Amino acid sequence: MKTITAKKIEETVARLAKEANTLLRKDVFSALKGSYLAENKSRPKVMLKAIIDNAAYAKKEKLAICQDTGLPIIFIELGQDVKIAGDLKQAVLKGIESGYKAGSFRESIIQDPLKRGKSVYSGAVIHTDIVTGNKLKITVLPKGFGCENKSQTKMFNPTVEIDEIKDFIINAVKTAGRDACPPYVVGVGIGGTADYAALLAKKALLREIKNQKSKVKSLEKDLLKEINKLNIGPMGLGGKTTALAVNIETYPTHIAGLPVAVNISCHALRSAAATL
Amino acid sequence: MKKISAPLKEKDILSLKAGDEVLLSGEIYTGRDQAHKRLVKDLKKLPFEIKDAVIYYCGPTKAPKGKIIGSCGPTTSSRMDAFTPLLLKQGLNGMIGKGSRSNEVREAIKKHKAVYFLAPAGCGALISKFVNKVKPIAYPDLGPESIQKLTVKDFPLIVGIDAKGRSIYD
Repeated sequence: MKTITAKKIEETVARLAKEANTLLRKDVFSALKGSYLAENKSRPKVMLKAIIDNAAYAKKEKLAICQDTGLPIIFIELGQDVKIAGDLKQAVLKGIESGYKAGSFRESIIQDPLKRGKSVYSGAVIHTDIVTGNKLKITVLPKGFGCENKSQTKMFNPTVEIDEIKDFIINAVKTAGRDACPPYVVGVGIGGTADYAALLAKKALLREIKNQKSKVKSLEKDLLKEINKLNIGPMGLGGKTTALAVNIETYPTHIAGLPVAVNISCHALRSAAATL
Repeated sequence: MKKISAPLKEKDILSLKAGDEVLLSGEIYTGRDQAHKRLVKDLKKLPFEIKDAVIYYCGPTKAPKGKIIGSCGPTTSSRMDAFTPLLLKQGLNGMIGKGSRSNEVREAIKKHKAVYFLAPAGCGALISKFVNKVKPIAYPDLGPESIQKLTVKDFPLIVGIDAKGRSIYD
């Protein structure tokens, strides 16, 4: 049994919140650079350069990469041999609040979704998984809502042809169009239930771009190729890169159905993780 | 690249064509979802001179120590589509945001000889370099969604929809 204090968790979450918002993920940064080099039309090339320069400037000045510092999504993998001294959930929420405050990020969270009211720093969506071992892994994913608004979930029949699923995913990108800061990273969840497929789609965004571990590599490759033919391009002004990657996660499901969810990320796909 | 100033002059607006790159200097007002909802309710007593004004769809992060503003890129313009024609009717003649607009907005832009600009989307840190002054104007309870007057210098924009109703996306 290993003991981890709530204080330690709070400090770690605060650090991750700052890091995720100001330091673009290395894999995303190099994918953007790759797209910049591959692009030969002038306007999309200029846009990709601005995106790369923005990430570099944010890093140098410790500024938020994007003013939409998101709704923080926290993924916790808690080893079953870990004892938490204190309140885990409170520690995470306090860590988010202090990290966002220290970073001068945006107060984008409202407490009542219907009455709206004053926006504040406190609030996060927390997903916890119990795993074996004595470690605690925390990942902070600040999700901007320009792209979160473009999420889609559909319950297909179990007899569906793969092309229909592909069309649904490609159409979700078409619907996001120019609005949600392309080039995108497209997260897809296939299987489970309606809610679980949506969670998988979000989790898929955590997987590194060009990670080879996917179970459905050729489907991802096909979709990326199709999506990049849409000519939406950086800032919606055309070009070769509409998406940097398509990441798909799959899960067992029921004989009567096939849930598919799409969660789109803008080019500023931000996350940071630490293991205690 | 064309240099233009805000508040916008009619002759400048009429000289712009969808796809033109411009550098905008002068005073612009931040305003997004909730501010728009209030503005259309307050049409008879608007909190700033809307004639010839430019609204920037932006909710900045807080200013870190030593800076006057934080990250301040554009938000999705289409969420403001329902309110925009009413504001154009009141004299608003410029908007800055990201992404597509509805046909109603495009028609209203044409009717009132206005212009819609695109700002570099997702480049909020970089855009903060073009802001020289920030002044709170209205609805402070809205926090990042309150209306602030930004004085900008050479803010790089692209004309998205021009006064003839032509769109860069056509």
